[in-house]
Amino acid sequence: MKTVPSPLRRLASDYGMVLVLLALGLYFSAVTITTHQPTGKDAAVQVAARVRSGETVFIVTRRTPEDAAYVEALQTALRSRSVSMAATVQGEPRDARIALEQLNTGTRPLDALLTTSDCATWTILKDLTNRFPNLGTPSFLTPEPHRWPTFLTRQNLLNVANQIAVVAILAVGMTLVILTAGIDLSVGSILALSAVLTTALLRRWGGPDASTGSQFLASGLAIAGSAAVGLLSGTLVAGFRVPPFIATLAIMQIASGLAFIVAEGSSIYEVPESFTILGRGTGFLGVPNAVWLMLFLYAIAHLLMTRTVLGRRIQAVGGNPEAARLSGVNLPAVLLFAYGFCGAMAGIGGVVQASQLKSGAPTYGQMYELYAIAAVVVGGTSLAGGEGRVLGTLIGALIIAVIQNGMNLTGVQSYQQKIVLGGVILGAVLLDLLKRRAQKP
Amino acid sequence: MNPRPLLSLAGIVKSFPGVRALQDGRLELRPGEVHALLGENGAGKSTLIRILAGALAPDAGSLLLDGAPVHLRSPHEARRRGISVIFQEFNLVPAMSVRENLFLGQEQASAGLLHHDAERKAAQRLLDRLGATFHPDTPCRDISVAEQQLVEIAKALLHDTRILVMDEPTAALSGREVDRLFGIVRDLRSQGIAIVHVSHRLDEVFALCDRATVLRDGRHVFTGNVSELTRTALIEHMVGRSLDAEFPRRHPTMGPARLVVRNLQRGTAVQDVSFEIRRGEILGLAGLVGAGRTEMARLLFGADRPDSGTIALDGIPLRIRSPRDAIRAGICLLTEDRKHQGLVLNHSVLENFGLPNLSRFSSLGFLRQRSEVAALRTYVDELRIRIPHTDQRVGLLSGGNQQKVVLAKWLETEAEVVLVDEPTRGVDVGARFEIYQLLHKLADAGKAVLMISSDLPEILGMSDRILVMHAGRITGEIADVPQATQADVLRLATAESLEPAGPTSASTP
Repeated sequence: MKTVPSPLRRLASDYGMVLVLLALGLYFSAVTITTHQPTGKDAAVQVAARVRSGETVFIVTRRTPEDAAYVEALQTALRSRSVSMAATVQGEPRDARIALEQLNTGTRPLDALLTTSDCATWTILKDLTNRFPNLGTPSFLTPEPHRWPTFLTRQNLLNVANQIAVVAILAVGMTLVILTAGIDLSVGSILALSAVLTTALLRRWGGPDASTGSQFLASGLAIAGSAAVGLLSGTLVAGFRVPPFIATLAIMQIASGLAFIVAEGSSIYEVPESFTILGRGTGFLGVPNAVWLMLFLYAIAHLLMTRTVLGRRIQAVGGNPEAARLSGVNLPAVLLFAYGFCGAMAGIGGVVQASQLKSGAPTYGQMYELYAIAAVVVGGTSLAGGEGRVLGTLIGALIIAVIQNGMNLTGVQSYQQKIVLGGVILGAVLLDLLKRRAQKP
Repeated sequence: MNPRPLLSLAGIVKSFPGVRALQDGRLELRPGEVHALLGENGAGKSTLIRILAGALAPDAGSLLLDGAPVHLRSPHEARRRGISVIFQEFNLVPAMSVRENLFLGQEQASAGLLHHDAERKAAQRLLDRLGATFHPDTPCRDISVAEQQLVEIAKALLHDTRILVMDEPTAALSGREVDRLFGIVRDLRSQGIAIVHVSHRLDEVFALCDRATVLRDGRHVFTGNVSELTRTALIEHMVGRSLDAEFPRRHPTMGPARLVVRNLQRGTAVQDVSFEIRRGEILGLAGLVGAGRTEMARLLFGADRPDSGTIALDGIPLRIRSPRDAIRAGICLLTEDRKHQGLVLNHSVLENFGLPNLSRFSSLGFLRQRSEVAALRTYVDELRIRIPHTDQRVGLLSGGNQQKVVLAKWLETEAEVVLVDEPTRGVDVGARFEIYQLLHKLADAGKAVLMISSDLPEILGMSDRILVMHAGRITGEIADVPQATQADVLRLATAESLEPAGPTSASTP
C-alpha cells in the first residue's frame, strides 16, 4: 500500500494553476521584449568585464543616483583587479574637462574611458584625442544595450507582487471561510474600517509626529477591531445559522457605515512619514515589505491548514458539517475562528493599504471582496467547501495580478481587461467542474 | 415457457478512469416478471442500471428492446422508450407538491398555462391505483419516505413504463411498508410490466422475484429461476466462493452491566426508555423504521439532547451534551446514514479516520501525521480495508470499505460503548461477515455493543439479547435469542395486539 500518489500527479492536480501562471508569464515575457539600457550595478558588471587588468582608466558619469551606483560598483570591481583609475568624475562636461586637463599635464596615456552611453555624446569626450594629445587614444567603454522582456525585469515582477499584496492578504482569510462552505462579503468594508481606524488613531496621537509605538498600537487596535467584526459575522453564521452570504452582506454595510462615521466622511492624511515603511519600503533582497508580509501570512495559513488540528477541522466542517459534528468537532468554534481570522486578515490589509497610500479613507477596498473571492476560486478552492489549498489562492492572486500587469504593459484598455478577468474566473470554475466530473465514477 | 424477451443486454462494457466497472454485463427481461439483480458492491449493478436509465453510455455491447437494437442517449429517451429507474436517492423536489412532482417535465398545459384540474385528476387516479392515502397537493417534504417512493412509482406509471428498475427500494422501508410495496410490485407484474429489483436482502429475492441475475466483478455469472435456487447457492454465486455460515459463531461471556440507561425521554420519539448493556454483550435493537431506535442512539451519543433521563457507564453517571462529550466519555456511534453523517466523502481515508482522534495524533495543536498514518495502517490490515493508498478519497470506495473506514475511526477512539446503527446497510456479503466478526471481537474484549438493525436475520443471528421498540417505547425483550423467530420480533415491533406495556410483560419466553 502506497501512502501517497505520485508527487508529480499530485502537483498537477493540486497546483495545476502553477502551470497556468508560468504559461502566462512566458506569454507576457514573449510579447514585451524590448531594448533595455542597463544601469547601475548591472551596467558596471558588464563594463568592468571588458577592462583588462593593468590598464589605466578614466571614469566619467553624471551626478544621478543611478550613475552613482554604477560608479561605485565599477570602482569595487576594478580595484580588485589592479586596474589603475586615473580619475573619477561625477558631474557635468565642465568637470570632465577640468579633470582631463589635469591628466593631460602628465605623460601617462589612458587605455580606456568608462562612461555611460549618455555621457559618451559629450563633445569634450568626442574631441579627446585632439585636445588632450598626451592621453593617447583610449577606447570608450559604455554599457551595451540588450533585448529583454519588460515583464521579466526585477522591477516589474516586484511591482506585480506589490500591487496584489493587499487583495492577496484578504484572500488568505477568504480561503479559510470558503473552505468552511461559507463566504465573507464584508472584507472590503472591513479593510476600509481598519484603514480609517488606524489613521484616525494616528491623527489623534500626534498626526505626522506620532511615535513608532503609537503606530504599532493604532495598527494593532484596528486589526483587533476588524477581527471582532469578523467574529460578529461568525456568531451570526455559527450561532444563529444565518446564511453566510446574508450575514456578511449585512456586516459589509455596517462596517462600511462605521468607516464613514469614524472618518467623518473624508480622507485622513495626518500620518507620520515613517508609517509608509510597511507599504512603500523595501526589505530583505529589495523585496517590498508588503510582499514579505503577504508571504509570511500565507506561510502561517498554509501551516495552519496542513499541519494543525484546527486546519483539519476547518476542512471537515466544510466537507460535511454533520459528519464533523458527529465526530466530535466543535462546529461553532471552528466557524467563529474562520470568520474571526478572515476579519483580522482584512484588518491587516487595511493597515497595509493605509500605509501604501499614506492615508485612510472609507472608500478603500471597494470590490476587493470580489477580487479576493476570484483569487480563491482561480486558486482551485471549491465554493462548495471542504476542498482547496491556501497556496492555491496565492497562485490565484498572482495569476490575476500577472494578467492585469501584462495587459497594462501591452496597452490593453481597462474595460477590455475586465472582460478578460471575467473570462479567467469562469475558466477556473469550469476547469474545477470538469475535474470534479472526471473524478466521479 | 420462454416468452420473447422484452429487453436484452449483452456484452456490456463500461470503463471509468482507472476502473473497469463492467466487462461483460448481461441482463434479459421478460414481460411480467420480477427479476432480481444481485451482486456485491462494486460488482457493476449500479453501472448497469445507469446504462438502462440512459444516464451512461456503454463503451461496447448491445441493447435490444423488443428485439431491435436501441441507443439510449439520455434519461429522457430511456423514459420515452418505457424504461423507468427509481434510484435510492429520489428525484423529487421537496418543496413542490406530489402532483407538481409527478408532472414535472411533462406538465399538462396549453399555451403555457397549467391545467391544474386535469393534473389533479390524473394524479389522484394514479395514487388510487397504488393505494396511496395522501392528497396530490401535499408537498413532497411532508410525506414519508415510503410515500415518496410511491410518488416515484406513480411517476414511472405516468410515463407508460414497461420496464421498472428499482434500486434497493426497501432499504429505508419498515416491514409493513415493504409488504405494501411488494403488493404493488406484484400488481404491476400482473399488468405485464417487467420489474428489476436490486437488493442486498436475499429474503426479498425469495419472497418476490421470479428470476435472478448475479454479477460479480463486472461480469455476468448467473441467471436462473429463483425457485430452483437456495440461499447458499445464491450467496456463493455472489461472492464466488463457498461460505460456511452467514453469521460467525461465538460463545459470549458476559459480565456486569456497563451502560445503564434509565427513563430516557425526548418528545414522542423516545419515551421512558430504560435498559442496560452488559460487559461483553451484543444487544440487538429491533423495530420498524421510525420506532425511535436511531433517535434513542443519538441521545446516548449526544447528537440530540434528551428531555430527561440518566446514562451511566460502569456506575458513573455521564453528562452528555454533545458528541464531543460522548466521545470523551467513551461512547461512539456508527450512524445509519454513512454518506451524510458518517463520512466526509470528498476527503481522504486518512482525514476521515483521524477526525475524532486528532487530539491523539497531535501535540500543541500540530498534527503528527506519521503516527496517524501508522495507526490507520494497522486497521487497514486488521479490517482488510481495500484502498490503494491512505489519501484515497473515501467517496470512491465501495460501501463495505467505507463502512470499515467508519469502524476504524471509531475503534481508534477506544470507545467502551459501541453503538452501531444498521452496520451492514449497503455492505456486500463478504464485507458483512467481516463486520460481524469485528463486532464479536469488540464484545469479547469486554465492550458494550448496541446493534440497531432492520435486517431480521441479522438481529437474530448476531444478538445475545434483543430489545424491540415501537412508537418510541421499548415494547419487548427477547432473552433466548436462539429460540426466537422473525415472527416473534415482528410481533413485538408492530405491537398491534399490545397496549402500552412494560418491557417485561411483553417478552417472549
